[in-house]
Amino acid sequence: MQRRKVIGLAGAGVVGAATAGVVGGRLTGGGSGSAAAAAPDRTAFYGTRQAGIVTPAQDRLHFVAFDVITKDKAALVDMLQSWTAAAARMTAGQEAGALGAVGGLPEAPPDDTGEALGLPAAGLTLTIGFGPSLFDSRFGLRGRKPAALADLPKFPGDTIDPALSGGDICVQACANDPQVAVHAVRNLARIGMGVVSVRWSQLGFGRTSSTSTAQATPRNLFGFKDGTANLKAEEATLLDEHLWVKPGDGPDWMTGGSYLVTRKIRMLIETWDRTSLLEQETIVGRNKGEGAPLSGRGEYDEPDFTALDGKGEPLIAKVAHVRLAHPTVNGGARMLRRGYNFVDGSDGLGRLNAGLFFISYQRDPHKQFVPVQSKLARQDQLNEYIRHVSSGLFACPPGIPAADDYWGRSLFA
Amino acid sequence: MRTPRLLALVAATAAAVPLAACGGNDSGSDAASSDKITVDASDTECKVASSESDAGTTTFAIANKGNKVTEFYVYAPGDRVMGEVENIAPGLSRELIVELAAGTYETACKPGMIGKGIRNAFKVSGSAAPLTEDAKLAQATADYQRYVKSQTGALIDKTTEFVNAVKGGDIEKSKALFPVARTYWERIEPVAESFGDLDPKIDAREADLEAGQKWTGFHKIEKDLWVAKDVSKSGPAADQLLADVKTIVDKANTVTLSPVQLANGSKGLLDEVATGKITGEEDTFSHTDLWDFAANVEGSQAAIAALRPALEEKDPALVKTLDERFASVEAALEKHRDGDGWKLHNTLSQTDLKTLSDEINALSEPISKVAALVAGQ
Repeated sequence: MQRRKVIGLAGAGVVGAATAGVVGGRLTGGGSGSAAAAAPDRTAFYGTRQAGIVTPAQDRLHFVAFDVITKDKAALVDMLQSWTAAAARMTAGQEAGALGAVGGLPEAPPDDTGEALGLPAAGLTLTIGFGPSLFDSRFGLRGRKPAALADLPKFPGDTIDPALSGGDICVQACANDPQVAVHAVRNLARIGMGVVSVRWSQLGFGRTSSTSTAQATPRNLFGFKDGTANLKAEEATLLDEHLWVKPGDGPDWMTGGSYLVTRKIRMLIETWDRTSLLEQETIVGRNKGEGAPLSGRGEYDEPDFTALDGKGEPLIAKVAHVRLAHPTVNGGARMLRRGYNFVDGSDGLGRLNAGLFFISYQRDPHKQFVPVQSKLARQDQLNEYIRHVSSGLFACPPGIPAADDYWGRSLFA
Repeated sequence: MRTPRLLALVAATAAAVPLAACGGNDSGSDAASSDKITVDASDTECKVASSESDAGTTTFAIANKGNKVTEFYVYAPGDRVMGEVENIAPGLSRELIVELAAGTYETACKPGMIGKGIRNAFKVSGSAAPLTEDAKLAQATADYQRYVKSQTGALIDKTTEFVNAVKGGDIEKSKALFPVARTYWERIEPVAESFGDLDPKIDAREADLEAGQKWTGFHKIEKDLWVAKDVSKSGPAADQLLADVKTIVDKANTVTLSPVQLANGSKGLLDEVATGKITGEEDTFSHTDLWDFAANVEGSQAAIAALRPALEEKDPALVKTLDERFASVEAALEKHRDGDGWKLHNTLSQTDLKTLSDEINALSEPISKVAALVAGQ
C-alpha cells in the first residue's frame, strides 16, 4: 500500500469513505509512523503533559467511562499498552492499527473500523484518567490512591444516576469532527473487549469553554457566554498553581497530572426559555449579549461585587452565579473548564433532553471543585433550572514523553 | 498453507549476509539499496522505507537515531514474531534478515523496549501454497463433519418428540421439549444457514416476516404454545417443521465446511448470542433464550475444537486465550442454571445480562482472529 499524503479539511467531506484507492485524508495502513508529522491539524500526542487539557478546546466531545472487568493485572497493562499505541496513531490521523480498515487479510476483521477513512486528524486528543474505584483490592493499588481522589461528597439537590457515573477508567476524546472523536472511542472500546466494559459515555458539541486566549468565549444552551474567567493555556503561572499536580501533592505517579471532574447537568430548557431576560441576567450576573458582568460593560471587565445600583442593591446579586463561582469568594479556587453542550434527543414529555456536560481539570478537586460546587448547590438560583444527573472523578496522569511509555505505566509499574 | 518457518538471521551491520544480488557496478546503487529496507528508528517514530516486498528473504537495516535502546520486530497476524532484533543501542545500526511468505505483516520499532511499539503495515506478495495441503486443517473439516452428524441425529429425534407432543395436544410436554429440540438446532446453525430458504422456514421469528409471508417453524409453534395456549390447529405447522428439519439434515450431512467457514461459523454463533439471545429476541414468547445461548456457545466451541490442532501449531497463545474465555463464559452462564436447563431470560436482571454480554464480547474478539489464521499465514 502506498503512503498517502494528508489533505486538509476542505477535501474531507467530499471524499468520504470510498475504496482504498481514493482514500483522502486518513493515513492508511502502509504509511510510516512519521508521515503524520505533516498533518496540519494534528495535536502532538507525546509530551510532558497529556493533550486535551490545555489544548485549545475542540468543537466536539466523546467522553467514555469504563469498568475494568478482568481480574488479571497483566491483561489490563497489556490493554493500556495497546490503547497507547492506537491513541498515538489515531491522534496523528492514522488508523487504529497498522493494517488499517482495508489493508489486512480479507478473512480477518479489519484492525480499524473504517468510519474515519478520508478524514483528517481533526485536532483529535485522547486523555486518560483513572477513577477512585480502580484503587481497590483488585490490582493492589490501594496504597497508590491519591487523597485528592477521595469520592466527591453528595451535594444538596444532586440527582445522580450511579449507572451514568463513576468508572474505573475514562477517556476524553475531543476533536473538531464528531466522527473522528467517535471513531477513536469506538476503536479503544473494541481493543478493550474482555478487559474493560463501557459503563457510560457522552457525546458533546459546541465547546462551552475557551481554554486559550485565542478562542472566543462560546455560549452554553442557556444562551450565555460560559467560561470567560476560565484558566487559559497561556497563563503558565496560574496553571502551575491551579491545574497541574506538584511534587509532594500526593503519590509521585500523579506529579505533572491533573484531576478531572465531570458533571452531566441537565438543563430544564423550556422553563428557562420562558424566563424574562431581566431574570436570566440577574440569575447569571452577566448580561446575555456581551457577557459583561452586571457591574461593568465588557466581557473581560472584572466583576465588581461591591457595586450598588441606585436603590443601594448590589448590581451583581448576592446569589448570582458569577458571584458564587468567583475565585474571590472561594479562597482563590480556580479550575480549567472544558465542558460541552449535549442534546440527547428529547424525553418522553417532549422536552429537550439537553444541558451541559461539565468538565473541569484542577490540581485538587477537594480544594477547587468541591468548595465552589458546595456553594453553588446551596445558593445558586440556577438550580431551579438544572439537575446534576451524573458525576465522575478521575486522576489524569502526566503525559507520555515518547513511545517507550504508555498510559498508566507510572501507576502500574 | 504451511506455517512459514521463521528464518531470522540477525547480523550486525559489519557482518551483513549478502543473500541477494549485490548489484556490483551496474547502474549506480539501485540494486544494492533496493535489497535492504532501511528503518529509521527514533524515540517517537519508525520510518520504514518500504511497506512491501516480494515473498522470500527480506533484509531490514535498522538505524537507531533516538536516545533510547530500541528493538525491531516483524509480526504475522496475532502478533506472531517472524523476526526480531533486540538491543539496538542509540546511534547503532543492525540488520534483520527474515524469510516471509506472501501475506500481511506488521513491523514495529520499540523504543525503550517497552509496550506495543510503533507499528507499520508490511505486505509481502507472491504465491502461497494452497490451504488443503495442511493435513491438520483437513482433519479439522472431517472432525467437524462428524460433530454435525451427531447433532443432526439428535435434532431429528428431539424434533420428532416435540412434534408428536404438539400433535398430541400435550402443551406441557411440548413446552418442555421446545428448548431441548432447539439446542441441537442452535449448535449447528452456521451449517443450516448455508441453505438459504430452509433456515427461515424452520427458525423465522415473527418480527422477521414480511407482509403476506407465511410463518412456519419453531417460533410459530412457540407462540401457539405460550400465547394462544392452543395447539389444536398446530398439526400442519408441526408436520412441516419436521419435514423441513429432515431436509436440512440431509443437506447438512453432505456439506463440507472449509476451515475458514468453520472459523467464521464459530464467530457467527457468538454473534447470534450477542444480537439475539442477550436481548431475549430469539424466544420472545417462551423466554428460553438461555438454552439457545448455551447451545450457540457449545457449537462455537465445537468448531474451535476441530481447528484446535492446526491452531496449536499456528498460535498457541491464542488457543490458551480461547480456552480461558470459553471457560469464563461457561462459568458466567452456569450461575443461571436451573436443574437440567436454564433460567428464563425475563428473570435475569440488567446487570446479569451486562455481565453475560461482556463475557461474549471478550470471547468473540479473539475468535474473530481465527479465520485469518487458518486462511492465510
